[in-house]
Amino acid sequence: MKVGVKILPRTEVLDSQGRAVEKTLERSGRLLNSCRVGKYIQLDVDAATKDEAFEKAKDIAEFVLYNPLIESYELEIL
Amino acid sequence: MKTIGVVRFLGTNCDRDIWQAVEMAGARPQWLWYQDHFDPSDFDGLVIPGGFSYGDYLRCGALAGKAPVMSDVKAAAEKGVPVMGICNGFQILCETGLLPGALVRNENLRFIDQWSPLKLVNECPAWRSPAPEITLPIAHGEGRFVVDEGMEKQLWDQGQVWWTYKDNPNGSVGDIAGVLNSNKNVAGMMPHPERAVADWMGGIEGLAFFS
Repeated sequence: MKVGVKILPRTEVLDSQGRAVEKTLERSGRLLNSCRVGKYIQLDVDAATKDEAFEKAKDIAEFVLYNPLIESYELEIL
Repeated sequence: MKTIGVVRFLGTNCDRDIWQAVEMAGARPQWLWYQDHFDPSDFDGLVIPGGFSYGDYLRCGALAGKAPVMSDVKAAAEKGVPVMGICNGFQILCETGLLPGALVRNENLRFIDQWSPLKLVNECPAWRSPAPEITLPIAHGEGRFVVDEGMEKQLWDQGQVWWTYKDNPNGSVGDIAGVLNSNKNVAGMMPHPERAVADWMGGIEGLAFFS
């Protein structure tokens, strides 16, 4: 079963990449409220149910995929 | 003669510089490969050099932090063996939780390669400080030290801030360039003391760190 892991920098942490993208967009006349840049990781795990896949992905995400000091994450079953 | 373990991962690139600095300071360096396990009692100190371990994939230092050798580095740190991480080594120690905080992309998004003046805030009993104010080379793209307010206060209150930048080139919280763990035997800094150990390099103030 495939699980997507969405990782974004925490709002308290200055997202320098997001800020750079935001400035480029603004300079080209594409106004927006904000832009944050993160990463997306797709996992394929053996699981009989969505709950089991979710638990496995949660364990993997918390083991190494995200750093709670600077990032937040969300899982989605694909 | 003291034996200093120099930990190498795929992508470490300051390992030879550390080896030479350790030798110049009069100690005996010994390689530790990332897949190895070792007995902490065989070492008087451990250095994790800079570079781009695992190509900086996922997050700087994240994958190296899970390598087999790091479980023994952790065990050594808990036994009080002095451990120092420089640049990517600092990032690895933060990712393993041996040091507080995290290192993220520089505020100005640029890779910064320059000599930076530093100020000593608290002495590290394990790794000598050459002087209260020194200048060392920095070379990093992700060296902005971040930590939440509560932890920052703890670092200042408990004497865990090791060095600060005088000109804060990367946007680090509290100008912090290097920190210590609560036991003061684990230290990490973004500047490179091993790149300032001979006059021809532009300075010799880094040598004392390895003495």
